[in-house]
Amino acid sequence: MIETPLAVPAGAAKVSLFRRLLTHPTGVVSMVLLVLVALASVLAPLLATHDPNTASVQHVLAKAGSGHILGADSAGRDVLSRLLFAGQFSLAGALLALAVALVLGVTAGLAAGYYGGWFDSASSWLTGLLMALPGMVVLLAARAVVGPSMWLSMMIFGVLLSPAFFRLVYASVTAVRNELYVDAARVSGLSDVRIIGRHILTVVRAPVIIQSAMVLGIAIAIQAGLEFLGLGDRNIPTWGSMLNDGFINIFKSPTLVLWPALVIGLVCIALTLLANAMRDELERSRGPVKKSRKAAAAGAAADAEGAAEKRGVAAVVHADEPNEDAGEILLEVTDLGVGYDQPDGSTTHVVNHVNLTVRRGEVHGLVGESGSGKTQTAFSILRLLPQGGRITGGSIFFEGKDLAQLSEKEMTKVRGKRIAYIPQEPMSNLDSAFTIGSQLMEPMRVCLGISKAEARKRALALLARVGIPNPERTFDAYPHQISGGMAQRVLIAGAVSCEPDLLIADEPTTALDVTVQAEVLNLLRELQDELNMGVILVTHNFGVVADLCDRVTVMQTGRVVETGPVRSIFNHAQHPYTRQLLGAILEDTAPRGHYTLKELNGVTS
Amino acid sequence: MYRFVLRRLLSGVLLLFVITTVAYLLLYAGGGDIARRIVGPTASDAQVALKASQLGLDRPLVVQYWDWLTGALTGDLGRSWFNGQLVSAGVGSRLPVTLSLVLGATIIAAVVSVVVAVWAAVRRGWVDRVVQFVGVLGFAIPGFLIALGLVSLFALNLKWFKATGYVPITTSFGGWAATVTLPIIALSIGCIAAVVQQIRGSLIDALRQDYVRTLRARGLSFNCVVYKHVLRNAGGPALAVLAVQFIGLLGGAVIVEQIFALPGLGQITVAATGQGDIPVVMGVVVATAAIVVIVNLIIDLAQGWLNPKVRLS
Repeated sequence: MIETPLAVPAGAAKVSLFRRLLTHPTGVVSMVLLVLVALASVLAPLLATHDPNTASVQHVLAKAGSGHILGADSAGRDVLSRLLFAGQFSLAGALLALAVALVLGVTAGLAAGYYGGWFDSASSWLTGLLMALPGMVVLLAARAVVGPSMWLSMMIFGVLLSPAFFRLVYASVTAVRNELYVDAARVSGLSDVRIIGRHILTVVRAPVIIQSAMVLGIAIAIQAGLEFLGLGDRNIPTWGSMLNDGFINIFKSPTLVLWPALVIGLVCIALTLLANAMRDELERSRGPVKKSRKAAAAGAAADAEGAAEKRGVAAVVHADEPNEDAGEILLEVTDLGVGYDQPDGSTTHVVNHVNLTVRRGEVHGLVGESGSGKTQTAFSILRLLPQGGRITGGSIFFEGKDLAQLSEKEMTKVRGKRIAYIPQEPMSNLDSAFTIGSQLMEPMRVCLGISKAEARKRALALLARVGIPNPERTFDAYPHQISGGMAQRVLIAGAVSCEPDLLIADEPTTALDVTVQAEVLNLLRELQDELNMGVILVTHNFGVVADLCDRVTVMQTGRVVETGPVRSIFNHAQHPYTRQLLGAILEDTAPRGHYTLKELNGVTS
Repeated sequence: MYRFVLRRLLSGVLLLFVITTVAYLLLYAGGGDIARRIVGPTASDAQVALKASQLGLDRPLVVQYWDWLTGALTGDLGRSWFNGQLVSAGVGSRLPVTLSLVLGATIIAAVVSVVVAVWAAVRRGWVDRVVQFVGVLGFAIPGFLIALGLVSLFALNLKWFKATGYVPITTSFGGWAATVTLPIIALSIGCIAAVVQQIRGSLIDALRQDYVRTLRARGLSFNCVVYKHVLRNAGGPALAVLAVQFIGLLGGAVIVEQIFALPGLGQITVAATGQGDIPVVMGVVVATAAIVVIVNLIIDLAQGWLNPKVRLS
């Protein structure tokens, strides 16, 4: 019955937790209820109308009303009075278990976490042992030896519950033990006791309080269970023993079981809700809720720029070079808008009025700083925006179909087979639970409808094609067994496995070593040539653009600021932001354009 | 893989040995007090000594333990002090009842939790909030109160089920199902509440992983990615919680068996506890520890299957 309470966040509350709780609706209701129950129990001698233990033959199972507000039990004792007095014993028993668990768990957790060594392994092993058997079975076994003492039972249960605190404190302490401020305190000569008291206890205080509420609920429940089995001390009234009496007489007097059940249930619910409310407040006090990734930051910037947008600042469009060998238009994005729905019902726009044209056989660079909306644009073409994001306007025409209007089912057929995607971070984009081979074969079998043997043959050929030295071994490997550069090659193999027409590569080399970067870019160029794909290359690096791209679109704060053939942009960049980006590569690489020092100074100032 | 299984097996056997040893020493440490409790407070010292020697309690604890252990290894757990029945027979005959409840509740909890957690994690919004709130209630209300509620509602008032009794599955499946349905529901609600919270959390984390987008970008449908990849990745923490919950279920079954008058381990335990029938109590501890060890082993193996890092390291 020792249910590990749900994860508790570690971290100290900045504002008084109690005061914050007063603003939390379920927190207030729970606290009021618990205070009322506690008060009623403490004041039982004043409130009770009868002695809780005086039996009366005339009043056996008396109905509610007649001198007994809630009726009388099977021995003619007043139910309300017993309920009040039982509160004293039930709560005291639960508090005793909590105290034992707290003292043992927190002390052992502090010592094991702070000092480590043999004490650490011994107590971890002991906790595992304590949690291996159901608390109820241990309590029953103990009861067979020590007899029906509630206090002893609850002390034993306290020992059984101590791992709940041990693990919590242990985790927090090992986390802070090596923090710099604890080191500093140690260096400055503070004693271990003072360090633990001053720096470590403050960190674990709030989570321990939350855990205490949960543990108290569990203790009340298990104690009631033990008494309900009829194994408790018959001389003291408890909620559990009342439940037992009520259940035995459930046919004769159905309400008898109701009152103790109600009290136990409400107290347990209130304790859990209180713990949850405290956790909510603790989490809230640690700063605002994280918004959806960098989109939110971009959104704020984009909204700030919204004014410029309304003024109708159009993107600088460079004309195509006349001798250019232009392929058919593959993708035409017109007036695209992307927004994230906020909890307050508003929408934060991260991409505004974006136009983008990609031809077959063309590598189109999509350039801009973090948060410029380039990745959001790429994801919206794939219709794979993060949760909460949606296309707010415009069209994405691909082979005569508007992707923005397709159903999810139709879109699934486009992805992989027609439009493929290469992610930025290689390792996190492979599922660590499946082999490389199965991750390559699965989409091929779905998209191309080929047999497993055929898919395997193709996957091995692809792995060889992307330059993996031992395809069979990599095929059978799990992602954690290969390097980042290999993983990126695997992802490229996966992207081109169904011979797509359009490839979207989202900063495909950012996470790689410099030497591997060049190889991967070469591979991309070769594959693009081989399959005659259109490629959208999302990057913030103009060096990569110069290497690979035919055309460039520069984005800033969710808008396109400049677009055109790569040579024209490099030589005649007009928008200050484009010049700034170009300036950034000119600082550490050989100049590619015709800039004067004066121009550069003008841009950076 | 074999080494992984072997290591788990050995640590399981070790755990079983440690638990039973500690339990034996604690249970039998009382010696003379145990005999005193059996013959009653008014008995003379001579009577107490006679009882102690009858039960073999006057021998050194180590000798008693060695006797018990060598017997236990051959399947002989001794006899009840009160009715002379073989402990292994008494425990063995009740094991199917308790296992019916606990395994039934675990399977139902696992299935329902996955469905509800996927629903909450994928839909989010109000569905998620309702699931979370109900989950907190299910977690907070003690299982035996739920059992009491179910008995009074479905068995006593609506009379859909029989309130008490047990029909072995070998006699009649329908009869068995009718007698275990309510107890299983009562047991599984708290378990579901805890496991749903865990799976929901891990699913939401797993859904944010980059590989989800990449797999979808390769043309796999959202449902395929969720049920094959995301769920498998969220499965590890969920299994860990399920293992802890299973131990809780074994304890909860004691009370639930009492409420539904099912002749399971709980019933024999409560009776033996009340009388101070230590050999039977010890037998129950052995059976419970063995079940826990076996289930932990199965869950460890499942973890290894789910997560290659566990298996290969």
